[in-house]
Amino acid sequence: MSALKPKHQRLVLVLLALVALVGAGLLAAYALRSQASYFYLPEQMLADPPEVGQAVRLGGMVEEGSLQTAPDGITLTFAVAGNDGSRVPVRFSGIAPDLFVEGSGVVAEGRLGADGTFVADNLLAKHDENYVPRELQEMEQHQAAKMAEETTVGLE
Amino acid sequence: MHGFANPKRFLSLANWLTPLLLVAGLLVSAAALYWGLFRVPPDRLMGETVRILFLHVPTAWLGMGGWTAIAVSSLVFLVWRHPLAALAARAAAVPGLVFTLICLASGSIWGRPTWGTWWVWDGRLTSMLVLAFLYLAYMALAQAAEREGVSARIPAIFGLLGAINIPIINRSVVWWNSLHQPPSITMGKSAIDGEFLAPLLVAVAGFSLLFGGVVLARMRALLADIQAEARLRRKAMEAA
Repeated sequence: MSALKPKHQRLVLVLLALVALVGAGLLAAYALRSQASYFYLPEQMLADPPEVGQAVRLGGMVEEGSLQTAPDGITLTFAVAGNDGSRVPVRFSGIAPDLFVEGSGVVAEGRLGADGTFVADNLLAKHDENYVPRELQEMEQHQAAKMAEETTVGLE
Repeated sequence: MHGFANPKRFLSLANWLTPLLLVAGLLVSAAALYWGLFRVPPDRLMGETVRILFLHVPTAWLGMGGWTAIAVSSLVFLVWRHPLAALAARAAAVPGLVFTLICLASGSIWGRPTWGTWWVWDGRLTSMLVLAFLYLAYMALAQAAEREGVSARIPAIFGLLGAINIPIINRSVVWWNSLHQPPSITMGKSAIDGEFLAPLLVAVAGFSLLFGGVVLARMRALLADIQAEARLRRKAMEAA
């Protein structure tokens, strides 16, 4: 050990400290993994329901074909679907954000009712990671590729 | 690399590289923003608000890149005791903080129309806000090291400690359910259409050049400060 130059001693020390730090950070993140989540998924809410009336958030996909507007015009009912087919019915009265549509992500803030319906006070739309220009959205993959081919001919 | 630890050799390089980086960065950033803000088609869901992407994403990356620079420079300073590495870490703090704040502000403005809220305390937003506070703390520590004679090793250690937040920001949307969407660009894959991706990458390049230019300019200013102080002290000694 005495052969180590001070420079290398410091390098080893700093690297050891870094390993300990990263380990501590990962442990903390692991311990936080359920508490730091911003919302319950439907499967989590069904498996381990929060107390009735407790303020929680529910997040997932707005199920296709489930969105209905009540006769009063501002009450929406829809189902939030999880990854494994589980679903939670939701009722919301108010103004929904622009990106709130069927088949898109949503986070509902509110509480679970006694009848199993989630009553939302507020809706947040969740955007997915895909960014696509408007003109290309209707096109299938092969059509888009074909169009790209056609529009680049002539440029060569 | 060791050659540039010499301030004289560093300055002979930085003197011409600083204006070059700043001018190139301004031109490339302006071109990318014009492309992104005026030439790109609207997004299928978000419409025109997608244009905030070209400001939000590059500033987010550089906000995190700034702390990575602080951490690497701090490591070099702690192990090899290069004084220039301590200066580089200090110089990266201000542009890093500015980019982080622009990222937070633009993200908030983007969140209102798309999500329906200015701010939520989810993993991504909270860890990014923590990064801004870390920058402020680092700057206060670095200033104390200069003015109050606190060892320069203290801010360097803090720079290394704070680096733990960078992987947390990066992974926050994967580890925890969050309102912020998962990453669009992962190892070699992109969920961003080419029409948006091209100006985005140009903006990242332009902002990075600006970042480099500002870091070099601030390092030169810090070096000049140190030299001026040394000269004053020498004069005072001669007079006494």
